[in-house]
Amino acid sequence: MSKRALIIFLLSIPFLFILNHFISNPSLFSPYALQIIVLMGINAILAISWDLIAGVTGQFSIGQAGFMAIGAYSSAFLTLNYHIPLIFAILFSAFLSLLAGFLVGIPTLRLRGDYLAIATLGFGEIVRVAILNMNCLGGARGMKGIPILSSFFSVYLVLAISLWFCLSLLRSQYGRMLFSIREDEVASQMMGVDIVKYKVFAFALSACLAGIGGALYAHWTSFIHPDSFTFMKSIEIILMGVIGGMGTIYGAAIGGAIVTLLPEGLRLLLEQNPLLYQNKEFIRMLFFASLLMIFIILRPQGIFGKKE
Amino acid sequence: MRRALVIPLLSALFLAVFLSSCGKKQEEKTVKIGVILPLTGLQSTFGQSVRKGVELALEEVNKAGGVLGKQVECIIEDDESKSDEAQTVAMKLITKDKVHLIIGEVVSSSTLAIAPLCQRYKIPLITPSATNVDVTKTGDFIFRTCFIDDFQGSALARFAIENLKSKRAAILKDVKSDYSLGLASAFANTFKQMGGEIVNEQAYTAGDTDFRTQLTSMKASNPDLIFIPGYYTEVGLIIRQARELSIKAMLLGGDGWDSPKLIEIAKADADGTYYGTHFSPEEKEPRVQEFVSAFKKKYNEVPDALAALGYDTLRLVVDAIKRARTLDSEKIKEELAKTDNFPGVTGDITIDENRNAKKPIVILKIEGQKPTYFTTIKP
Amino acid sequence: MNLFLQQLVNGLAWGGIYALISIGYTMVYGVMQLINFAHGDVFMAGAFAGLVVANLLPNKTSFPSVILIFLSAMLFSTFLGILIERFGYRSLWKKNAPRLSLLIVAVSISLLLENGGLLIFGAAPRSFPQIIPLKNYSLGGILFTNLQIILILTSLFLMGFLHIIVMRTKMGRAMRAVAEDSEMAALLGIPRERILSFTFALGSALAGIAGVMVALYTPQINPLMGLLPGLKAFVAAVLGGIGSIPGAMLGGFVLGEAETLVSAYLSSSYRDLLAFLVLILILLFRPQGLLGKGAVEKI
Repeated sequence: MSKRALIIFLLSIPFLFILNHFISNPSLFSPYALQIIVLMGINAILAISWDLIAGVTGQFSIGQAGFMAIGAYSSAFLTLNYHIPLIFAILFSAFLSLLAGFLVGIPTLRLRGDYLAIATLGFGEIVRVAILNMNCLGGARGMKGIPILSSFFSVYLVLAISLWFCLSLLRSQYGRMLFSIREDEVASQMMGVDIVKYKVFAFALSACLAGIGGALYAHWTSFIHPDSFTFMKSIEIILMGVIGGMGTIYGAAIGGAIVTLLPEGLRLLLEQNPLLYQNKEFIRMLFFASLLMIFIILRPQGIFGKKE
Repeated sequence: MRRALVIPLLSALFLAVFLSSCGKKQEEKTVKIGVILPLTGLQSTFGQSVRKGVELALEEVNKAGGVLGKQVECIIEDDESKSDEAQTVAMKLITKDKVHLIIGEVVSSSTLAIAPLCQRYKIPLITPSATNVDVTKTGDFIFRTCFIDDFQGSALARFAIENLKSKRAAILKDVKSDYSLGLASAFANTFKQMGGEIVNEQAYTAGDTDFRTQLTSMKASNPDLIFIPGYYTEVGLIIRQARELSIKAMLLGGDGWDSPKLIEIAKADADGTYYGTHFSPEEKEPRVQEFVSAFKKKYNEVPDALAALGYDTLRLVVDAIKRARTLDSEKIKEELAKTDNFPGVTGDITIDENRNAKKPIVILKIEGQKPTYFTTIKP
Repeated sequence: MNLFLQQLVNGLAWGGIYALISIGYTMVYGVMQLINFAHGDVFMAGAFAGLVVANLLPNKTSFPSVILIFLSAMLFSTFLGILIERFGYRSLWKKNAPRLSLLIVAVSISLLLENGGLLIFGAAPRSFPQIIPLKNYSLGGILFTNLQIILILTSLFLMGFLHIIVMRTKMGRAMRAVAEDSEMAALLGIPRERILSFTFALGSALAGIAGVMVALYTPQINPLMGLLPGLKAFVAAVLGGIGSIPGAMLGGFVLGEAETLVSAYLSSSYRDLLAFLVLILILLFRPQGLLGKGAVEKI
């Protein structure tokens, strides 16, 4: 990793810390805006996690919501019941989602394209329905009263670390291997690339990141429910990655920011008209679906991606 | 699209959103009350009813001059019958609209979701109809104007044993709803204490449409009564499918049944069923009849329990603000807690030390596809 | 024992519904290698078309009215299916676009249909009028409703009818040819586009009829009703062997029964879990499904 990039990264830490004191103070900065900014950060992390497995490695997974749920619930369970500090809860949930990534990556090694997509979708749903049935996690009523331990600082710190880590990964030997798998799996296998190792590695890492995002999410919204982790959530994450540009990592982060801001912008527009405002949720989804279609048909490389 | 454009575009969008939320720091010209309701979705009739009650009360209050010399403004938000959406709109009301108080939500699960938020930001929250006991346990800023499920469940159990002469009951509950689970267990406890037997217990999830599997299992246990502590959308279907499967048991439910949609779905099968609720428009008391006629005049329909609760809640809130003589949330909270015998159309409202209201439950029977008054059970 | 048999009967009804919907999935996958995510919503559209027509008719329970309602649902779904194929998938399919794109388009179309429906009809569930008055029959202590019987018989009849079309008609032969080897079929002069539309039309027609039947059976409909049954019908298609029509039928019934039994003997909340568990297991251990032919591209 270049020295300049490392310095920028290290400098950003105290900068974020100072900024945090200003931003988190409700009398200095609108809590409403803070809400949006933090969600932007969390979504950016989730988008990056998907880009890693789908944009970079070419494995089209629709299961991010499942890993996110694992991260969210495992960390929330610890902080709610055992009052563990956030950092340890996040480490634990990162580990758990990493494991989950392995569990999903290994059996799906042989699956391609549509089949892989459906298998990951199935996995995500299994996680969700399993949680739905666990009373210790709140089951169908959701988990309430999670201590609000995430902050602007923690979320953006994690985002900075993830960006730094993934971007370095991309430029390294590992990254090249992953790209080669995306381009042509058979050919790279012939060239001696151990696609098993790299594919599983990519899955595990992607899952881990999604889990961390989920943990941060749970400790921000204080209330999680299996309904927030359906495959619609996975689709939303995919939208972020597609818009931003698959395979670039930073594109995904921007995509995450855009997709978070759009509903708020839409809300502003629709607020003027009560009839439209009543249906804002549907209009938002219609807008998203159209956006997705437009991008995939007209500009599949997203904003920042390179045309193949 | 050039890369360079995106960052400024993003910032512009962000600034637009951000700035729209600022600049509202001028002297508040109105008393702002946030209202969070399920206006669409599975519990939409509840939300629509509460809204009508609230708006009728609002009209009366403002016509009489408002409170503290200011008009009262209600900012009504729809949470689509979803708890996480309730949280989002609560956040918006508190941080963007800067409301002084929130009325909401209607169902226990969503109220439980927004209570911690209101408690944290010290905004008084008062729910007109969430009956699960844990709601007010969240903190001292959380209140309710209705009875709680401990009382409702046990009253309904007593009704089942004494009036309906039931001995073997089965329960079909909704695992997605705190209300349903709480009510089911309160019912079961009292029913067993009074010597009855719970012969079968089954569950469903809100949103399900086919209950034949559960009902078939239940039928095999031969209950004489089935207690269905759920919401009207599913209950209507359950009643219909139960009769379709030739289940002859009596059917009993709680205030979640109180919606014209239930009869619309169950049609003639609903006849002969009973449920408990907060209010009956047939009450002869003058203030009830005045309310009923005012409601009929404005909306051309008869008010149901939720409309009545909405009406009472808004009037109670305004009364508390009047007593507090300030918009300071601490003082309003204290006055709410001191409410004593406030004359509501759903009964005299006294807020006890747990911030709940002790009120009677009204039992209605459905006959000729219309709910009719049957009896009242006092706390 | 009686209880068990009774639950089996309950499962048959859903089995028939899943079978009808999954046939559409399997046929489209056969000729296009595309998972038409929007198929479940075509099912929903059929139900709503039936609702609209039913609400317009004065004498709902008369025989011609019932036929009209089913017919309009079927026609509307067919029309919708053809539209989706023509304007959603065709351009990408001809360009040989990556699978990812097609999948995303499928999901987008599904979202458009659902939210369009939500916008038009609202999110609150709608009651479907009881156009077939209920009658109970008892056979050896087991209850059947006339609705269940109609459902099962109609499903079987439609499947049989479909089988004849696919096996005995020229169109059907052309369909199988395109499914077997699309390039070759084009070289042999088979009009691929027309076959595509035909395939979509057939599958959607069945889904539309299934929509009205579910509307009668439950009897409540809402714009999101197609999501879960759509996914499950897809699992049924994979279970039976994607690309195989008898497989889809078998898969549908097996899944329907399994779901009911799980719901009856374990818990109703595990009902949905079963479908996805089956999916994963099948994909891992027998990706070609129960009746599937040939090896799936695995490497």
